[in-house]
Amino acid sequence: MKGLRDLSDAARRDLVLGGLTLAVFLAVTVAFPGFAAPRSLAGLLDDTAILILLALGQMLVILARGIDLSVAANLALCGMLAALVDRAFPGLGVAVAIGIASVAGAVLGAINGLLVWKLRLPPIVVTLGTLSIYGGVIYPLSGGAWVNENEMSPAFVAFTRAGFLGLSTLSWFAIVAAIAFVLGLRYLRVARALYAAGGNPEAAACSGIDPGRMQFLAYLACGAIAGLCGYLWVAKFAVAYTDIALGFELQVIAACLIGGVAIAGGSGTALGVVIGCLFIGIIRNSLPLVGISAFWQMFINGVVIIAAVLLSARNRAHVRTILESRAA
Amino acid sequence: MSPLVTLAGVRKSFGGVRALSDATLELYAGSITALIGENGAGKSTLVKILSGVHQPDGGEIRIAGEPVRMPRPDAARRLGIGVVHQECLVFDNLSVAENLFVNAWPASRGAVDWRSLRARAETLLRELDADFPVDVPASRLSIAQKHVVQIARALADDSRVLILDEPTASLSQRECVELFRIVRKLRDAGRALLFISHKFEEIYELADRYAVFRDGVSVSAGLLSEVRSDELIRLMVGRPVAQLFPKLETQIGEELLRVDGLGRSGEFEDVSLTLRRGEILGIYGLVGAGRTELARTLFGLQRADAGTMRLSAAAGAGCALVPEDRQTEGAVLPFSIAANIALPNLAALAPRGWCRSALETGLAREWMDRLAIRASGPEQAVHDLSGGNQQKVVIAKWLARKPAILILDEPTKGIDVGAKAAVHRVTSEFARAGNGVIMISSDLPEILGMSDRMLVMRRGRVRGEFSRSEATSEKLLKAASDA
Repeated sequence: MKGLRDLSDAARRDLVLGGLTLAVFLAVTVAFPGFAAPRSLAGLLDDTAILILLALGQMLVILARGIDLSVAANLALCGMLAALVDRAFPGLGVAVAIGIASVAGAVLGAINGLLVWKLRLPPIVVTLGTLSIYGGVIYPLSGGAWVNENEMSPAFVAFTRAGFLGLSTLSWFAIVAAIAFVLGLRYLRVARALYAAGGNPEAAACSGIDPGRMQFLAYLACGAIAGLCGYLWVAKFAVAYTDIALGFELQVIAACLIGGVAIAGGSGTALGVVIGCLFIGIIRNSLPLVGISAFWQMFINGVVIIAAVLLSARNRAHVRTILESRAA
Repeated sequence: MSPLVTLAGVRKSFGGVRALSDATLELYAGSITALIGENGAGKSTLVKILSGVHQPDGGEIRIAGEPVRMPRPDAARRLGIGVVHQECLVFDNLSVAENLFVNAWPASRGAVDWRSLRARAETLLRELDADFPVDVPASRLSIAQKHVVQIARALADDSRVLILDEPTASLSQRECVELFRIVRKLRDAGRALLFISHKFEEIYELADRYAVFRDGVSVSAGLLSEVRSDELIRLMVGRPVAQLFPKLETQIGEELLRVDGLGRSGEFEDVSLTLRRGEILGIYGLVGAGRTELARTLFGLQRADAGTMRLSAAAGAGCALVPEDRQTEGAVLPFSIAANIALPNLAALAPRGWCRSALETGLAREWMDRLAIRASGPEQAVHDLSGGNQQKVVIAKWLARKPAILILDEPTKGIDVGAKAAVHRVTSEFARAGNGVIMISSDLPEILGMSDRMLVMRRGRVRGEFSRSEATSEKLLKAASDA
């Protein structure tokens, strides 16, 4: 049996975060036993599913030393596109809607990736720009109008809500993605190359891995997931308009950081990201129960992010600072 | 026996500065060749060309008689050339096993086969008799162990040629012994090794051939058994130290600075020195000897763990540091010359917090004149200046503060002869005006030509002190390199 010390840093981090999340969950359950009821739990997962999907995609980009600020704009644009196509051709079916949203998202992600890879532009600048562009395209695309539930085909809306074993389709998407990420990041060669490129791009280049190409692939995947989430979001809330998911990218990045993904790249686990999302979900769903305003959510997220960064910074022994603190 | 790797007439320049002008080198299977040369002789460039990081401007590289090109690092890797870099290129975020097979992870049906990965990694490390676990992240290894990981990675690629770029620079005695055992094992297995080191003891212990580089040219090569270490040193240094340096006679006066037993863990220890008015104190040593760290500590950029520093009352105006890397630490490149020179002098130029550009420009003009800085005017961005003029701006910004002590870290590295002479002239004049200079340099002629007194550092300690009259390049080199 391995002790806590023998675990890798990543596993230890996941364990600590998992413990913390469980503790919060139990504390809320003790006060409000209804919180742990199966229906409540299913609702929690349904509410968190899109965050989980987006955070897993975002994680790939951060692992490759990038960041994608445009995920929410991508989601909104692809969601609108899927809704408009459905309104125009109601008989196409859900598979086509999913396909259109994912492919469109992948294209948007590829644009980010190419700008970062081929033109060597800083990821934060590129995606800040495309955030605006993707978000800005929605208005002319939709003419500023909403697509409401009564204009959507019934199958389009019903899909995410349909249940299987007591969980919504949306929840199943998140579960399957989480399992696929946990396995894929461990067993796919391209995933190992992604970690290598993010951990030490110079050494990766010496080993025949192109770090820029890895960033491109990460953006591509992240974009495709954001596009897919566009459909899921629009179907779940049964409405598409210009401002959906506005600012959601910050919550996605927050979930990654809480989940232990290093903003400097190369380190982070899919399990950690999922737990990070669940942590946010539990806090969000329990605050109204405890009688605290939902606005405290942001405050708590912030504290946890800083605490998580503080913990991992203390583990780094050999950081050379230019000016050391006077209080040595 | 014909050589496995041949370099003939390889040339390489970086922005007009010639790093290699005629490099010739032969490596033989089953043999360890030591590459010897001063800092700046072109050794690192040679390694980077052999590993595909840089492309030569001319000349030829042949492996087993066949001319080869290595447009990218992985091309060198595929040709069977493995490199153990001085600055460890390992993936700290990956496990040891993954490091060994990076980008060549064993897989079955598209999935990484962790069991076989681990097993093969264990076999490799066992071959090298290295005993550390393969599952731990590489960040937990010591530097010596990281070197072993790099060697093992080269073996995993089945490299015929292995380049070791100063692998012992940061290793303890025991770790060196361990490394040498592995290196000999590889030689006996018929691989060709290139071993770069400044330590003659090691070179004689390990290598059987040598190649000496000086100023980018190969000056001599052959069997180590036929040459003595003092002959190698003479070949390395080459020229007699010419008196090109405008060293002015100075009056050595009262003490400005006294340092006792100064130390900083992992960087340097027990350093004691004094600096007097009018004196230029040269500090010689190899890269990694702890000189830059000492300079940063003296200047106050980092704190010492042990020892004391005393500035005498005479040194009222304090201390200035011209750092080694002018582009990242010396100057703010996008700023104008005037803004750069003003930066450390803002308290005087803008006493109420309000900057007056007329004052800044005036100060800049004065110093551009005094140091003969060639530029279109004080408003030109430092980014656009030549290396030599950039360095003059960095020196000017500190001299404008009128310090009593000036610390120069490799002040003439990578600048042309004219600018070099100007830097030397300014330094001499500054000292003659009754100030103290500490000059760190790896350039032997510069140290010998400019200093009134010289300290030699090796592995974080002062290993020798020489007066101007007793110092010779052979003595300095010997003290610096353990020969």
